[in-house]
Amino acid sequence: MTSEQTRTVEAVWRVEGARVVATLARLTGDLALAEDLAQEALAEALESWPRSGVPRSPGAWLTTVGRRRAIDLFRHNARLGARYAALARDLDSEVVTESPDGSDDDVLGLMFTACHPVLPRESRVALTLKVVSGLGTEEIARLLLVSVPTVQQRIVRAKRVLGDADVRFDVPSPEEWGSRLETALSVVYLVFTEGYAATSGDSWMRPDLAEEALRLSRMLTVLMPTEPEVHGLHALLELQASRFPARVDAAGEPVLLEDQARTRWDHAQIARGLHALRRSDRLGRGRGPYALQAAIAACHARAAAAADTDWRQIVALYRALAARTGNPVVRLNLAVAVAMAEGPEAGLALTDELAASGVLRDSHLLPSVRGELLARLGRSDEAEAALRAAAALTRNARQRAVLMAKAALAAGAGSSAQ
Amino acid sequence: MKFMLIMRATPEAEAAYAETDFEEIINAMGAYNEALMKSGVLLGGDGLAPEPGFVVDFSGEEPIVTDGPYGEVHELFNGFWILQVSSPEEALEWARRCPLGPGSKLEVRRVTDETDFADYADNEYVQKEAEWRRELGTE
Repeated sequence: MTSEQTRTVEAVWRVEGARVVATLARLTGDLALAEDLAQEALAEALESWPRSGVPRSPGAWLTTVGRRRAIDLFRHNARLGARYAALARDLDSEVVTESPDGSDDDVLGLMFTACHPVLPRESRVALTLKVVSGLGTEEIARLLLVSVPTVQQRIVRAKRVLGDADVRFDVPSPEEWGSRLETALSVVYLVFTEGYAATSGDSWMRPDLAEEALRLSRMLTVLMPTEPEVHGLHALLELQASRFPARVDAAGEPVLLEDQARTRWDHAQIARGLHALRRSDRLGRGRGPYALQAAIAACHARAAAAADTDWRQIVALYRALAARTGNPVVRLNLAVAVAMAEGPEAGLALTDELAASGVLRDSHLLPSVRGELLARLGRSDEAEAALRAAAALTRNARQRAVLMAKAALAAGAGSSAQ
Repeated sequence: MKFMLIMRATPEAEAAYAETDFEEIINAMGAYNEALMKSGVLLGGDGLAPEPGFVVDFSGEEPIVTDGPYGEVHELFNGFWILQVSSPEEALEWARRCPLGPGSKLEVRRVTDETDFADYADNEYVQKEAEWRRELGTE
């Protein structure tokens, strides 16, 4: 098979894979099994399409092959009980050319099962990219900057955990809807942040992964139009991604928000983000953590120049977010916003509280913010020490280089002042 | 990456459409658009009204305005979609699914982004254009 044909099959899978797996998962009641069946169907497609051509309804073709495999499996496995025998009869009697499209509920079930809280976090991301995004193991490995065996291991582990916990294929009940939705949204956000600011490796960002998160978030806004936080997350991702074109300079070096050429921001994307935030607000159920973060991003997006930023509003939004989440990184961002609105002294006082509580001990974020604020206050020696400490804590090579450069600058400012 | 699917109809397609119940066409296109929405790839799109507009021809020394584009072209540009997808193949796969009939064509073209003009980043109008996009909130 030529690489062009392989790419065609991959493209079909990207477009229809989620619905094929979702339909098989509904029919068998088992996501892990459905994924195996779908992979077998895909292997058969790679075998037969180059000879016979791509069928007119490739999704229906794949679903039908998967269903036949399921029937064979159930028939030949004598140890399986009456439930499977009945299921095999049902599968057999259904017309094989039924609509290729799984229902929206099937796709939601797929999303919620792949993001199930019993799964380890990294397995949720890998399984979502595999079954909902329709990406291959090698592609996932490339995007997540891990090895192929690691991705395979995470997916195998995910299937085993689902099996052990007897979670087969599952749309949450009304009682657990809220927390399950939160988990699913956090997986999409995690996919995005992996693309936005790589936690390891040499690259500052990987936009492919961010684009995939955006696609997932748009998909969820259609599947769950009445959930404010779904639109909140969508708004947040569009607004953050709108800055990508300005986030690195011509030499590939990172450019911080205040220094970015705002004309290079993607303003169509900003418009989509602001629209999504309005949709979230219009549902009239208040702002959740994603909508609040989107509102903060919107303050930046609306400011034509860094100096025009409405820092007082940002402080208010961060206070609301900190009150809701208690997240120390949010409290750190609040400190930065306070420093911008009221001066570095006030911001530094908030970072002192954080440092005293020890919550961000292992993160480069706290010392890098402290370093910046100390430098602004002219306390050069302390600034240099904080920035060096921050550089030692980050795993991202580019980030480390930026922090070391700032430390050197602070040291230079100190010596010239003496 | 972004792609534009450009819909073109020939007189043959127009004739075929005239024979078809318009509600059927709306339903087929609606289902296609819904699939694009549910997949999260659709960023935008629009149709162009069927009545003739004007054609301005720059072949001569002075621009010549004629009614048109009917009679002037064999294929009428009558609508477009903008999709965000992961590969040209994925864009092509979506194009293949569009419910169009004989005589219709769908052209798949990548939409340029700022990286295409990276060598001209200092150009006054490239910079101005970015500012205009900011003001218009559009692209």
